[in-house]
Amino acid sequence: MSNVDVILKEGLAALDAVTDLVELEQVKARFLGKSGALTELLKQLGKLSPDERKTAGATINAAKQAFETRHNEVRDGFNAAKLAAQLAAESLDVTLPGRGTTPAGLHPVTLTLERITSLFASMGFEVADGPEIETDFHNFQALNIPENHPARAMQDTFYVEGGDVLRTHTSPIQVRYMLDHQPPIKIVAPGRVYRVDSDATHSPMFHQMEGLWIDQNVSFADLKATITEFLRRFFERDDMQVRFRPSFFPFTETSAEIDVLDEQGRWLEVGGSGMVHPNVLRNVGIDPEKYTGFAFGIGLDRFAMLRYGVNDLRLFFENDLTFLKQFN
Amino acid sequence: MQFSEQWLRSRVNPSLSTDELSYLLTMAGLEVEDVVAAAPAFTGVVVGEVKECEQHENADRLRVTKVDVGSGELVQIVCGAPNVAVGVKVPCALPGAILPGDFKIKPTKMRGVESGGMLCSGKELGVPDEVDGLMLLPADAPVGQNIRDYLGLDDSLFTLKITPNRADCLSIRGIAREVAALTGSPLAAWDIAAVAPQTDSKLAVAIADNAPCGRYVGRVVKNVNAAAPTPDWMKRRLERSGLRSISAIVDITNYILLEQGQPMHAFDLGKINGGITVRMAAAGEKLVCLNEKEVALTPDLMVIADDQQPLAIAGIMGGLDSGVTTASRDIFLESAFFQPEAIAGKARALGFGSDSSYRYERGVDFALQTEAIERATALVQEICGGEAGPLTETVGQLPQRSSVTVRTARVARVLGVALAAEQIAAIFTRLGLAFEQNDAGFVVSAPSFRFDIEIEEDLIEEIARVYGYDNIPADAPLAAQTMLPQPEGLRLRSEVRRLLAGRDFQEIVSYAFVEEKWERDFAGNANPVRLINPIASQMSVMRSSLIGGLVDTLAANLNRKHSRVRVFEIARVFHKQADGSVQQPEVIAGLAHGGRVDEQWASKAERVDFYDIKADVEALLYPRMAEYRKAAHPAFHPGRCAEVLLNGAVIGVLGELHPQWVQAYGLTNAPVLFELAVEAVEQVGRVQLAPVSKFQPVRRDLALVVAEDVSAAAIQLAMKAAASAFVRELALFDVYRGKGVDEGKKSLAFRIVLQAADRTLVDDEVEQAVAAMLAAAQAAGAVLRA
Repeated sequence: MSNVDVILKEGLAALDAVTDLVELEQVKARFLGKSGALTELLKQLGKLSPDERKTAGATINAAKQAFETRHNEVRDGFNAAKLAAQLAAESLDVTLPGRGTTPAGLHPVTLTLERITSLFASMGFEVADGPEIETDFHNFQALNIPENHPARAMQDTFYVEGGDVLRTHTSPIQVRYMLDHQPPIKIVAPGRVYRVDSDATHSPMFHQMEGLWIDQNVSFADLKATITEFLRRFFERDDMQVRFRPSFFPFTETSAEIDVLDEQGRWLEVGGSGMVHPNVLRNVGIDPEKYTGFAFGIGLDRFAMLRYGVNDLRLFFENDLTFLKQFN
Repeated sequence: MQFSEQWLRSRVNPSLSTDELSYLLTMAGLEVEDVVAAAPAFTGVVVGEVKECEQHENADRLRVTKVDVGSGELVQIVCGAPNVAVGVKVPCALPGAILPGDFKIKPTKMRGVESGGMLCSGKELGVPDEVDGLMLLPADAPVGQNIRDYLGLDDSLFTLKITPNRADCLSIRGIAREVAALTGSPLAAWDIAAVAPQTDSKLAVAIADNAPCGRYVGRVVKNVNAAAPTPDWMKRRLERSGLRSISAIVDITNYILLEQGQPMHAFDLGKINGGITVRMAAAGEKLVCLNEKEVALTPDLMVIADDQQPLAIAGIMGGLDSGVTTASRDIFLESAFFQPEAIAGKARALGFGSDSSYRYERGVDFALQTEAIERATALVQEICGGEAGPLTETVGQLPQRSSVTVRTARVARVLGVALAAEQIAAIFTRLGLAFEQNDAGFVVSAPSFRFDIEIEEDLIEEIARVYGYDNIPADAPLAAQTMLPQPEGLRLRSEVRRLLAGRDFQEIVSYAFVEEKWERDFAGNANPVRLINPIASQMSVMRSSLIGGLVDTLAANLNRKHSRVRVFEIARVFHKQADGSVQQPEVIAGLAHGGRVDEQWASKAERVDFYDIKADVEALLYPRMAEYRKAAHPAFHPGRCAEVLLNGAVIGVLGELHPQWVQAYGLTNAPVLFELAVEAVEQVGRVQLAPVSKFQPVRRDLALVVAEDVSAAAIQLAMKAAASAFVRELALFDVYRGKGVDEGKKSLAFRIVLQAADRTLVDDEVEQAVAAMLAAAQAAGAVLRA
């Protein structure tokens, strides 16, 4: 065994025996440092003949490489172990809840309102708004409900000092919009409305949304199609049965109640609709010979109740966080 | 309107089941709200007559009867009812009968005595009466007849929700006419014969010129037996229509109202002084009505008066004194047409109405008065006897029925389905609408019973109704495609809501009418918009701030054991203006109470404070930077309240609830609230892009000591005013009190970032710029911290 082999063997053995990185570097210095054993051998190459030098040089370099390879392996081993230990030490209970707080949410009637207005927006209906304390003109007269009309008894009205009313429906928004715009008109008008009534199915304040589409040839067939489409999209039931049933509203002529067949096979009234009464169009300066249109009104609270299975309207106004947070 | 199906079917009997009839009516616009059976199902009960009745040997309270049930043999039945007696006719359940509640009748022994059936009370048959014990049948009840047939129990009670335009369907006559039109089934003719007068007795009737009475038909009937009992068939029809039997003559007038739709009134002739005048009431006149209410009459009320005084409020209610009683001998019957406009709204103004006013204000058939009074006279004579006088008919202003044109093309345009002229003609014919046809369409005259056919659209609706809404197609509409505007400088309402919800505020909805106290306490508003007819005293004024609702929601949820409450609402508020008008802006308000975050392992338990809510307000307004100014507000702690300004205008307020309200409203500790104008929150504006500098920014920090009562904003504003163009950022990053800073003072640390767009700044420029800002701060009272 040559001297080189002996030194290499000794070096490898020393590498295998080290217990930490400091020792490892000491061993490295012992063999490859300035006066390390292998370094010393290289220094002596100069004394040999060119031929011998070539052979011996190759042998020493091979030994040096073998030493370095093992050195690196040992070092990587130590580093890997160190990292593994660090990782083990830093391990968390990932099941603990995240820091901070969770978001809250929107009121179910708002969720319903946003959903409905966005469905209608996809058909080109813009959102309109208006005051809640209204004049008798905008809430009644312009809508073809004169003083003493029996239809006024259908809507028990709150009056404020001075003779104005709390709007009993969102229809006055349409009136205001039509006074300001000529057709084509395509709007939905959601908002709070008020009637003197309070029990499990009536609240003195509740939410309605009216829709209005006026153009040169908007027909009752368009009304049926638009509302049927809306109901099917809203309830996500493509086969939902919708029926239109003759009724009476002073502000529409060819009026229809809107019923849907629920999953128990019962017809539920979900809104009113009809072709806008020519008197209403005239009242707001639109020529009924030139334009026709339909209007509809739905109860947003009722839609929220149907959608989410809420059976008592009052829950929407009690603001119990345990109830409300379920919609988040 | 409630009525008996059997009654309707006696006039028109389409081959439809009860359910089908109900659907037909609903789909024709006469919404059926309810259909209930007149009696529950039961079988095997017949009319029985008790022939013998002996005491039971072994039971004090039982009797042993022998009952004739028409079988030829008497049936022995043991009975415990107190009113069982020889001779009574009662319902008798025979063996095999099944009574309501699936109660099967079998032959049995009661205390050792055979009993072959059961004598029944009304309650046991599901048709409760007021008798204690057995249901007592009239003496002429045919023994052995099935009780269901005898009492007409295989009937259904329909309740219709008649819309205000369809007064013509507020009677059996009207509904039958409608059903015949819809189904084509034959309608039984009324064939009401005129009653030949047996006496000359009559009353003079005059209609005053200004009285909106179209027709007044009257008749005297003398020598009636007003105490005669109302026949069972009539009682039954009245009861199944929801009316109680009162006395024969009153019942007859009610019967005519239900059957014909014509309100009638019966006066006691003996109480009438002189003739009848239909006139407007004079101021100061009074009348005690049948409901025993005294009414101070006003000149807008029409009355039926005699030569001395008003006897009845026309079309609304009769007077107590002049009305027929069971003691009346001679009566005067009234069958009139009053103009709907004369009655409309009056019942509401009086605070009471009647079945008559309900019909008159919607419109009664103005051609019906004579037929109705003839029918009533015949019934009076049949039931109470008496001699009828001649009819007197006085005519005033009757409604004018102008003809209405309907164009076939317009029908197609409005309904979206092209109907042939023949189809339309057929519909008019079925509805009994007289018409003339021309090239363009039809000219139609409305019959006297319809008050809702005045314009073309009214007829289009009739056409649609009879054609069937179901038969109108619902194909997707064709329309010009347009996109909706989307202003980028406006934050959508839904984004505003979600922004707050994302910051852990739960949206609520509270009533717009509040307690007046809230307005005083939370808004300092002594003059809120008041409701004239609030539903409750704690909901009597319109709110000018949402704070009350939020505090109330907090209190309610603390009661429900929620310790941490964060809520917000967006709603209109109402500000009364000096000129009486009301401003109704939308505001957004929030409240936070309890821990900054939910009690949690990873976060310190700290109570939410002013600066937490300020951060929420800043986030709501971001990227716009508002100014915050210390302010006084009735709702808030005077030292912890700021008004929020944008471009110098106040857009809202934030603060900690005043300690006095914390106590008064039963809260545990003070919530922090904000309230902002929605319009301000929505206006975010378009992005204004600034060039991004390629040169190095330089940062300098300044620690400035100021007195406690100097606001950070005051120093910052002073520095900002003195800042060079290349000062890119000036921000407060620390506030320090304590060691090294004198008592009563605080140290404010500002970060100044300087960066030019076009060059690297040299040291001199930086130092000069910082020095200028320091000087400005010093001028405002700050001292550079050592």
